[in-house]
Amino acid sequence: MEKGVNQRGESGLSPLIRLADVTKVYPLPAGDVTAIDHLSLEVGRGDFVAVMGVSGSGKSTLLNLIGCLDVPTSGDLYLNGVNVRDLADDPLTELRRDTIGFVFQQFNLIPLLTAFENVEFPLILAQGKNGGLGREEIAGRCREVLASVGLDESLASHRPSELSGGQQQRVAMARALVNDPDILLCDEPTGNLDTRTGTTIMDLLAGMNREGKTIIMVTHDPRVAGYARRRIELVDGRLA
Amino acid sequence: MILFDYARRNIRLHWFRSFLAVIGIVIGVVAISSMGVLGNSLVLSISESLTTVGDTIVVYPQSGAGPMGGGGGGSATGLRITPRQVDEITRAVGTNIVIPVHTGADRVIVGSENRAASLYGMDPADIPEILELEDGIFLRSTTGAMAGKKLAEEFELNVGSTVRIGEDGERVRIVGILKERGIGFDINPDYALVVSDRWYESTYGEEGYNLVVVKVENLEEIDSVKTAIEDALNRRTDVVTVLDTRKVLQTILDAFNNISTFTTAIGGISLIVAGVSILNVMMMSVTERTREIGIIRSIGAKRREVMRIFLYEALVLGLIGSGIGGVLSFGGAYLAVSVMLQSTTYLFVPSSLIYILYGMLFGIGTSLLSGLYPAWRAANLNPIEALRHD
Repeated sequence: MEKGVNQRGESGLSPLIRLADVTKVYPLPAGDVTAIDHLSLEVGRGDFVAVMGVSGSGKSTLLNLIGCLDVPTSGDLYLNGVNVRDLADDPLTELRRDTIGFVFQQFNLIPLLTAFENVEFPLILAQGKNGGLGREEIAGRCREVLASVGLDESLASHRPSELSGGQQQRVAMARALVNDPDILLCDEPTGNLDTRTGTTIMDLLAGMNREGKTIIMVTHDPRVAGYARRRIELVDGRLA
Repeated sequence: MILFDYARRNIRLHWFRSFLAVIGIVIGVVAISSMGVLGNSLVLSISESLTTVGDTIVVYPQSGAGPMGGGGGGSATGLRITPRQVDEITRAVGTNIVIPVHTGADRVIVGSENRAASLYGMDPADIPEILELEDGIFLRSTTGAMAGKKLAEEFELNVGSTVRIGEDGERVRIVGILKERGIGFDINPDYALVVSDRWYESTYGEEGYNLVVVKVENLEEIDSVKTAIEDALNRRTDVVTVLDTRKVLQTILDAFNNISTFTTAIGGISLIVAGVSILNVMMMSVTERTREIGIIRSIGAKRREVMRIFLYEALVLGLIGSGIGGVLSFGGAYLAVSVMLQSTTYLFVPSSLIYILYGMLFGIGTSLLSGLYPAWRAANLNPIEALRHD
């Protein structure tokens, strides 16, 4: 993967994620709401950041901005040195597809697709019109990531509704990892799981971080936040 | 193709409402196809029963000052085209063939059967120019007659049979049977006897002709020949009506084509209704799957990829509906044609069957068109709001 080598090579020069005076305002009929208020933040490669704060403090907005689901109202957000403000919808989607993996509290698997197909989906989306991976290579890659999150191979052909919460979250993590992203964005990844299952999921995340994935995780569970290398707290859209 | 599979599975999940929407497409396709086939069969059967008279000009005596005059009713009004006028026509049309015709009717008696039939009196030399022989020989002498195909069948006439023309009339020998000709704008000999002009004139004491047929050799001349006849005969007052059969034929075919277009358009309305129901189903699908759309966007699907998922869904509905509709169209068209035309001769000709293809294409097109707006809506949802949607 030539691209990966280049990115790693640059990483010493600039942080993977850099927010410079970012503000996000949501216009609402009742008046504008400032979700993120002149926030500046840098996250280096391989970091594991826990974002804490009460609900409404702007945690999710921060995650959505870094995840390229939204763009800042003002200020600049750089991913790998690229200013997302300059990107149109398609390149922004490509950037999200190739560098970001989402893990949600609700797992957010597509109910009509099997566990295997859920994992396969982003990988297929990433294949260019010409070239790209063949059918066999795609299947191989999916088996590989499913194994890396510890999902039993016999469960791969099951629909999400036939899986337990822990199993679904493993599938969701495999889906997030399948395109080998630089950044994993996790929104309360253990919020819907019992403590024991939550612990195994967190152990998995910690393992991925050790292998080099940069993780930004929103949580308000201090025990879960304990897995992170760094904690930040948001209050009214600013760093506390 | 995962996007396609995904769309297909969503249809199967909501099979009942998809099924209802498909029924709409099926009905629309069957309606369009059946009406199209019916219209085409109608036009085909009309043009088949009309003889190929595209090269003919018919001159009738002007039967009055009214605009309706000259519709072939020469004999009813007693007006005739005189031999002198025939000469004028002959001079006006140059090398084209001029065939003056007496038309009339009389009792025809064969054995104990006694019926009325049309009579045509023509120069025996002219007969081969506009009529074809089925059996026997063409009329060569003054006596004798040729029988139209339908008349011969009804009276069971053969070459060599004799018929009596008129209650106390002469017995005449049938020398030939004419080929069936269909409905013509000049003469209609299928239910008639054709006799020589001399015989006709001496029997009925006629001098003038009821109509004059001009066969035009070069079709491009047809207009100029028509004008030449009118210039020659209608100098001061209109004494003859000149009919260009090609135009008449065209007018009739145009009329039937219009009818056929109209009925097909009515079929099209049912397809519009089907399109609305597809639109409805697709909008429901988009609304229900708002969250899924958010997920798909978050894992890296572009707007046009989301759009494609929903267009595939519409396409699948259209393909199923049009497929079933196409098959049922054979039945629908058969039913429509056999009820309306009492004949299915023109059902399985390519120009009819193409309407089934058109119907199916319209069905698929309608589905895609109806899916366009819902798909666009889905593609342009805000991913964050979509993710938050329950």
